[in-house]
Amino acid sequence: MAHIDRRPGIRPRQSLGRRLDVTARTCFPAAITILLMLLSQALLGIPEQAALLPAIALGSVWFWSVFRPDAMPPPVVFGIGLLVDLLGYLPLGVMTFTLLAEHGVALAMRRGLSRRGFAWIWVVFAGMAAAASLVIWLLVMVLTLRLLSPWPALFIGVVTVAIFPVLAVPFAGAHRSVANPDHA
Amino acid sequence: MARLTLPVLIVVSFGVMLLGKADTLLAERARIALADGLVPIYAVLSSPLSQIQESITETATLWTMREENARLRDENEKLRRWQSIALALDAENQRLKASLQWIPDADASYVTARVVADAGGAYAKAVLLSVGPNHGVRKGEIAVDERGLIGRITEVGSRTARVLLITDLNSRIPVIMETSRAHAILVGTNGTRPRLQYWPEGIVPKEGERIVTSAEANAFPANLPIGTVHYTASGAADVEPAALLQKLEVVRIFDYGLNGVVPPERPTPGRH
Repeated sequence: MAHIDRRPGIRPRQSLGRRLDVTARTCFPAAITILLMLLSQALLGIPEQAALLPAIALGSVWFWSVFRPDAMPPPVVFGIGLLVDLLGYLPLGVMTFTLLAEHGVALAMRRGLSRRGFAWIWVVFAGMAAAASLVIWLLVMVLTLRLLSPWPALFIGVVTVAIFPVLAVPFAGAHRSVANPDHA
Repeated sequence: MARLTLPVLIVVSFGVMLLGKADTLLAERARIALADGLVPIYAVLSSPLSQIQESITETATLWTMREENARLRDENEKLRRWQSIALALDAENQRLKASLQWIPDADASYVTARVVADAGGAYAKAVLLSVGPNHGVRKGEIAVDERGLIGRITEVGSRTARVLLITDLNSRIPVIMETSRAHAILVGTNGTRPRLQYWPEGIVPKEGERIVTSAEANAFPANLPIGTVHYTASGAADVEPAALLQKLEVVRIFDYGLNGVVPPERPTPGRH
């Protein structure tokens, strides 16, 4: 996508420090997502903690795909998905596919969504999370060739929807400040 | 070009699924390599995390200290009685074994390791141990906590080992019911309680009956405590694990020198 700079005004010189700053701000969404995912694997002493990993990945990819898709491009989503598959002992490719599909849906809906309030984004995300946990459940069953109880899938869906505000509120703050390349 | 990235990557992710299915060893190696890389971070994190948890539980127990104290005094009294019974029985057992020329079980060597991370995810139950370099831990060794069996080592890296818990869907353990001495298989369900299956006809597992490992198939030593029978509302015989599987911190890995262990993910051809 060719990026044409239409903003008027005087720009600071593209020094090395400034470019580093812009890069760091662009990398922030992916970095914070991966960091949170790794943290969720440490022993926090929370029962059924395993559901946090897919929940964080789904929530984070949804938020940044809606608000800053430039900082969450498909290759990064692919990498995050692969990391969830590896860390969460899912069959390889399950979360990769689910997150890419979620990213695609977010891109398609982002124009309508970014104009609405947070509640609306959350409601749409709830539908997305339900679909995603269903897809994960079905893919795991197909790839391991065995029937699995639907309860873990339901639980992942509920946790994903429940923790979204916990992720989204600080992310929204970061979106306006540290993750904003225009502030560099 | 940029528009094509997403569809291409979706196709690639289907390719990854096929690759993971075709070469299961690849995924296993990648996972254990990743775990080896991450384990120092988790090891560093684990001590402040456990301190935080301890201080939380500490504050919580302050409220219930009086009742807890009374309960513990009662329990201590009871355990003292049991201890004297146990000592007497142990002495008797030794005498009887001596008069029977009993071949003693080989002493097992063990190492102790810290649990550093969950290694299961939503569709598997396993934990990751930090074992340090040159650990000598091998696949198939048996992991127990201070209360009972927790599972078996299924994957070993240079600094880590993965323990498949007895609650995992792939876990199958030959067991004996302690009072009836009937054999059965303990099958993991991914829930908190594994299920007892395939006991002989005419025998019914009793509620609260103790379940121990069986030496059959040479995968486990005999008589390791696993848990107690607990019937569900629907009438299935589940086993309440003795080990605190939700709060594992330190586990012991025993090497009983048993060679009949078959890792659950790779069953012997022709046997199920």
